[in-house]
Amino acid sequence: MSVLVFIEHHGSELQKGSLGVLTKAATLGDADVAAVLVGGGVKALASEAATFGAAKVFVAESDDLEPPLPQPRVDVIAKVAQENGYDTILLANSVLAADVAAGLSARLDAGLNWDLVDIDADFTGKRPALQDSVYVDVGWTSTPRIALFRAGSFDASATASGEPQIVDVAVELSEHSRGAKIVSQELEESSSGPSIEDADIVVAGGRGLGAPENFSLAEELARALGGAVGATRAVVDAGWYPYSAQIGQTGKVVSPKLYVALGISGAIQHKVGMQSSNVIVSINKDANAPIFEFSDLGVVGDVHEIVPKLTELIAQRKSS
Amino acid sequence: MKIAVCVKHVPEGSSRIDPGSKRLDRSGEGALNHFDANAVEEALRLKGDGDAEVVVVSLGPAKAADSLRKALAMGADRAVLVSDDAAAGSDLVATSKLLAKALERENTDIVLFGQQASDSDGAVLWAAVAERLQRPVVSQASELSVSDGTLHVKRQTEFGYDIIEAPLPAVVAVSDAINEPRYPSLKGIMGAKKKPFDTLSLADIGVDAAEAGEQGSKTQVLGLGEPPARGDARKIEDDGNAAQQIVDFLAEKRLV
Ligand SMILES: Cc1cc2nc3c(=O)[nH]c(=O)nc-3n(C[C@H](O)[C@H](O)[C@H](O)COP(=O)(O)OP(=O)(O)OC[C@H]3O[C@@H](n4cnc5c(N)ncnc54)[C@H](O)[C@@H]3O)c2cc1C
Ligand SMILES: Nc1ncnc2c1ncn2[C@@H]1O[C@H](COP(=O)(O)O)[C@@H](O)[C@H]1O
Repeated sequence: MSVLVFIEHHGSELQKGSLGVLTKAATLGDADVAAVLVGGGVKALASEAATFGAAKVFVAESDDLEPPLPQPRVDVIAKVAQENGYDTILLANSVLAADVAAGLSARLDAGLNWDLVDIDADFTGKRPALQDSVYVDVGWTSTPRIALFRAGSFDASATASGEPQIVDVAVELSEHSRGAKIVSQELEESSSGPSIEDADIVVAGGRGLGAPENFSLAEELARALGGAVGATRAVVDAGWYPYSAQIGQTGKVVSPKLYVALGISGAIQHKVGMQSSNVIVSINKDANAPIFEFSDLGVVGDVHEIVPKLTELIAQRKSS
Repeated sequence: MKIAVCVKHVPEGSSRIDPGSKRLDRSGEGALNHFDANAVEEALRLKGDGDAEVVVVSLGPAKAADSLRKALAMGADRAVLVSDDAAAGSDLVATSKLLAKALERENTDIVLFGQQASDSDGAVLWAAVAERLQRPVVSQASELSVSDGTLHVKRQTEFGYDIIEAPLPAVVAVSDAINEPRYPSLKGIMGAKKKPFDTLSLADIGVDAAEAGEQGSKTQVLGLGEPPARGDARKIEDDGNAAQQIVDFLAEKRLV
């Protein structure tokens, strides 16, 4: 078995999700595990990536490859997989990685199973389906197999030591991979206070807060608890809160010690961004809200009634 | 200009996986995947008062004609349904092959996709189709415009926004934040019945049955299981005392 893991980076930071997948790959029997990095200046990141379980790191480095666009990455990874005979390609889900995975599937005529939360050494994948109400075992009928994992499925942990073998890859990009160009980027910096990805406590607000000014309920509770504030996409789209606070499939993935959900329905796309939190407490006035299905403490009630009291009680407790 | 929109007919209401075939049960009522209404709307917006042609394309059972008719009622000009018993159970490899073949016949400047199919939650098909068509692809488009044969897209990612340009012909998947789809008017619904509607078999699009359906698929469902249970979950109803109960719970977990 030989497994190739796509390692994604943002600036000079390797993405935790992809390092988690690499960590997992290293536990799959006695598979030969390699990583592939694509971008400008990525060679400097190769040794760090290797410590998460790759004996070999393929590096395709050039300024042309720096913009986070999928098609040039398909060219690189397809070439590495074909020339070295990798029978399995693993990726951690992201906006970029999903397009890379599907492009590779078509290029290599290779099966893609997506939204997996686990895989075992015989290459059977676990995939939640129908709003996570069933867990389906999935497989591949040919190689290479391509798997795209749900964000936060595996913890990243550095294990390997010793110098990895670093292999430079030179790639001629296909005509159609050179079409799209990024002409500018607006990267959002998160506001003051702990970032939601690093905070031990996250208080997140949804449409149930009722109005943009009611986000102060979430902010005050977060302040009392010493945490950061997150938001659902519904409120970000409505302009109630900045995009940098969005948690979920198209936002950030968080796994704090405590996640407090205020007026959040618990849509699957939100869930994938916070379900690995240690303890989840939610307040929602609808007793049937899906969020209760994955909360450790679910409170059926009105955020406007409960949250001010809760903030006060916590502040009292901390000051006493 | 010619624009194709790929739309899917998805089961309505609560769905189930058939334990026998291990496929999604598609026997009940279905409807146009609501994320695809955003793609249809965007095509109509790009067309505006111009003379562009908007063709909606679907792969699915005969009943998928209902969803195509809805798109025609919204204002699309023409519909193409690829429907063949041998195509049932197609996975991403097979679906992308079939749709690409149907789209090649249309040879459009732009192919639009919705953000995801509500039954598969894939959000992957466009990149596979674009690869087969050998065209540039941009996904998560929250704004879209075309000028002088160039596509301008605002793409939303985890890190913010990218402004992307690509030459036509190209493939774009739109986000559901891009627009508010219109409702079909009565006039639109009546008019839809007279619009051109082609139903194509695998033979019509030149795909061998071995490349379609389960035979042409490279993934398989092996079994169905229960989701893992979450520890000792508790649920309480607020009787005026919930705030205190939450504090007690947090204290017990040593979180305050
Ligand atoms: C491809 C795709 C990607 C997406 N990505 C994301 C993502 O990254 N992150 C994300 O969050 N969403 C994402 N979404 C959107 C997601 O599907 C939901 O629409 C969104 O999470 C809902 O946000 P919400 O819970 O704030 O709003 P709603 O679903 O409207 O829920 C509001 C909740 O508040 C409750 N409520 C109302 N009033 C009160 C009150 N006074 N007190 C207590 N409770 C109250 C209601 O009972 C309801 O359950 C995505 C969707 C798609 C299609
Ligand atoms: N059978 C189909 N026929 C036509 N278009 C489809 C079909 N399935 C999916 N699509 C399109 O591909 C998008 C993404 O689907 P998916 O990757 O399955 O989530 C949808 O929003 C549709 O635009």
